[in-house]
Amino acid sequence: MSIVELERSGAARSRLRIIDCDIHPAMTSWTEVHPYLAKQWIDHLSVYGSHLRHAFSEALSHPRMSPDAARVDAYPEEGGPPGSSLELMRTQHLDPNGVETGMLIPLRWNPGSQRNLDFGVALTQAMNTWQVERWVKNEPRLRASVLIAQEDTGASVAEIDARAGDPNFTQILVLPKTDEPFGRRRYWPIFEAAVRSNLPIAIHVGGTNGHPSTGGGWASYYMEEHNTVAETMQAILTSLVFEGVFERFPQLRVVIMEGGLGWIPSLTARMDKHWSRLRSEVPHLKRPPSEYIREQVWFTTQPMEEPGTAAQLIDLFDRIGWDRLLFSTDYPHWDFDDPRYAFRANLSEAQRDQLLYGNAQAFYGLP
Amino acid sequence: MARHVVATVDDIPAGQRMLVKVGGREIGIFNIGGEFFAVSNRCPHEGASLCKGRIVGLVESSEPGSYQFSRRGELLRCPWHGWEFDLRTGKSWCEPDRTKVRSYDLKVEPGGALVEGELQAETFPVVIEKQYVVIEV
Amino acid sequence: MADGEMANAKGPGRYAGAIDCDLHPAVPGMNVLLPYLDEYWREMVSVRALDRLNLALTSYPQNAPLSCRPDWKLADGEKPGASLQAMQEHVLDRYQQRFGILNCLYGAQVMHSGDMAAVFCRATNDWIRDEWLSRDPRLRASIVIAAHSTEHAVAEIERRADDMRFVQVLMLVSGEVTLGRRQLWPIYRLAEKHGLPVGIHAGSAYRYAPTAVGWPSYFVEDYVSQSAAFENQLQSMISEGVFAKFPGLKVVAIESGLTWLSGFAWRADKTWKGVRAEVPWVTRAPSEIVREHVRFTVQPIDATDEAAAILRLIDHLRSDELFLFSTDYPHWQFDGDAALPDGLSASLLRKIVSDNALATYPRLVKADRAMEIAV
Repeated sequence: MSIVELERSGAARSRLRIIDCDIHPAMTSWTEVHPYLAKQWIDHLSVYGSHLRHAFSEALSHPRMSPDAARVDAYPEEGGPPGSSLELMRTQHLDPNGVETGMLIPLRWNPGSQRNLDFGVALTQAMNTWQVERWVKNEPRLRASVLIAQEDTGASVAEIDARAGDPNFTQILVLPKTDEPFGRRRYWPIFEAAVRSNLPIAIHVGGTNGHPSTGGGWASYYMEEHNTVAETMQAILTSLVFEGVFERFPQLRVVIMEGGLGWIPSLTARMDKHWSRLRSEVPHLKRPPSEYIREQVWFTTQPMEEPGTAAQLIDLFDRIGWDRLLFSTDYPHWDFDDPRYAFRANLSEAQRDQLLYGNAQAFYGLP
Repeated sequence: MARHVVATVDDIPAGQRMLVKVGGREIGIFNIGGEFFAVSNRCPHEGASLCKGRIVGLVESSEPGSYQFSRRGELLRCPWHGWEFDLRTGKSWCEPDRTKVRSYDLKVEPGGALVEGELQAETFPVVIEKQYVVIEV
Repeated sequence: MADGEMANAKGPGRYAGAIDCDLHPAVPGMNVLLPYLDEYWREMVSVRALDRLNLALTSYPQNAPLSCRPDWKLADGEKPGASLQAMQEHVLDRYQQRFGILNCLYGAQVMHSGDMAAVFCRATNDWIRDEWLSRDPRLRASIVIAAHSTEHAVAEIERRADDMRFVQVLMLVSGEVTLGRRQLWPIYRLAEKHGLPVGIHAGSAYRYAPTAVGWPSYFVEDYVSQSAAFENQLQSMISEGVFAKFPGLKVVAIESGLTWLSGFAWRADKTWKGVRAEVPWVTRAPSEIVREHVRFTVQPIDATDEAAAILRLIDHLRSDELFLFSTDYPHWQFDGDAALPDGLSASLLRKIVSDNALATYPRLVKADRAMEIAV
């Protein structure tokens, strides 16, 4: 019997040093945001709760195969959901995995998907302050993301402007299930503000907008729904390209989070191919889509692709561009990637360091 | 290979598991309805601590829409990615020939037999009247 | 040409004996369908002026560059693909094709009224039989159905089943429900029974926005999104257990773009390992299911180096039996005679050009044997 032994990705290192671009902080209780929320919205939340475009106001439309979409070992002993304990986050993740900087991606309440725009905006403001007060101030390795309620463009711009220059924040966060494809012109003031603030835009899996998860209807099973995440990211990237967002905002930088990697070369080639045939429809694009993507789009690595061979993984990275890949763990979620074992290929020390640290350091302008 | 006394039978009630360390290795001892099994604590996929996973049954299907449930409590689901491992064999459900968690030979032996032989528990005294979990590592 | 030799011969001759798995005949107008309608529907056409409706699909705007290659345009603004003679000249004769499979994309299959859709699908199939199949012995056709009206669809498949020139059932990749849903299973059951692969063609009934993030602004975005639609619907068919229920069923992904398949297989396999207990009838990795049950036409090939892309897919999917020759006539996917790239071995070329299709479409093999005997 041959037993598959765990092999470390590449040469063993004396010490791990990583930048984790996707960490999900949670609230022990939702009252944690009370100090940052006007009484009106505290009351609103108590009375009406979350009001979204799907069947369950608080639960996800497709129940996960792991509760809270979380690692089973990530529940704090003192209670509360995974990701709510800074202490556990430290002992379980930040310390042993050598996280020097971790980017916070708060997902609670889908503020950008709230049908009541004022409520969504209030939530983003509160959750942004909450990230700083509850997390960043207590753990200097963590950084916050400027959550925005993108359907209210004006309020989104105001929130970006309010946080611009605050070193606690490294990026703007949007969930891809926007009401309309994110490249459409109604959202452009957000891109303008992002460029003005020199903040990249992170697009992390999530949100809900009432559109079926496929163009041909709703998925039945979680197994399907989980895979539609990758197609959703394809759609949003396609929109950003063909609407001309990258052409209009050459300084804009976008990072696609948790959307998978396997589709990037094929989608890029597909865009180029059909752009060359149909470019008369989109004369505002001056260059092939692949060029905009290569220059202005980055991708986080989790969930890592697991092709049949190591050579196929290396080939995939070659075709995406090694400098576009930002390591992420998705802690504390179930499909967590461990920095030691995620890359099932024999990487050189330099390649590992680039993926785990260097690319994100450059992307976020970290010291 | 050496034999190690790692626990008394009473330490691990049915349906429960215990994490033990033997010669630097972390090993999970599982009691399935009175039968004991030992597997490595490391998931062969990304290294999660398997002992923290949920114990589940086997679900099979004769056709779409049918769910046949059996072998309650005999599979271990990795606490991270949810891969299922058969505690009797260490084999993963999805790739039984390629992906396995290392399993160890385990015997339940009476204290008397252990005391009379050369084997001693490393961390606790063996009492003749009790039953012990002995694994070979 | 010896095995292993590179098949770099230029010109149309390299496709001699090809089976073209994606030809698009156009219904020139509803008037051609009138003879196949009963009195009630003929009167409805007249009273409601249905024949003045242009039922060209939004997925293929008639004059968009993609919808017709410039040198395949017809005179007098006739709909691309409406002329058998032109199709013969442009592809069937030029490439010395052994068979060509007609996939008629017409509004009939997406009409909301199931009854109306079924009537016009039936008429379309009658018209295809009389005006195309009966006029060129190389032609075969897909049975056009309104998949959302399962009862009618089943009746239409039964109606055509004895005519061995109908070799496939045709559906659009984006319809009213995800393609694995059990309400569609009567279609798959009959397809399996009659040896008819289910051909899933790019295109949407536009019951929903074509993407999960809503309605894109441009046609090019819609078209680009088609490959993701194939990922979605293949995932649906696998998850719902279509291939577990119908082990003899074959699916052909037509005009899907092809190269998305690698990423699809990796992600689908990885996800399955973690959540398969939700769908215990999925007892094999999705990539294995694809390898056994799903085939892909090779226009377009979304890659800058198409030969390398095909070889890469063969490496990733561990099979050279998945790919079927197609010109996608009259859609504009390639220029000149570059229906397949250079750089494929002679044996691989043969598989793609004909052998794989013969293995996919059992009805072609029967016809092929009959022709050989006749010769």
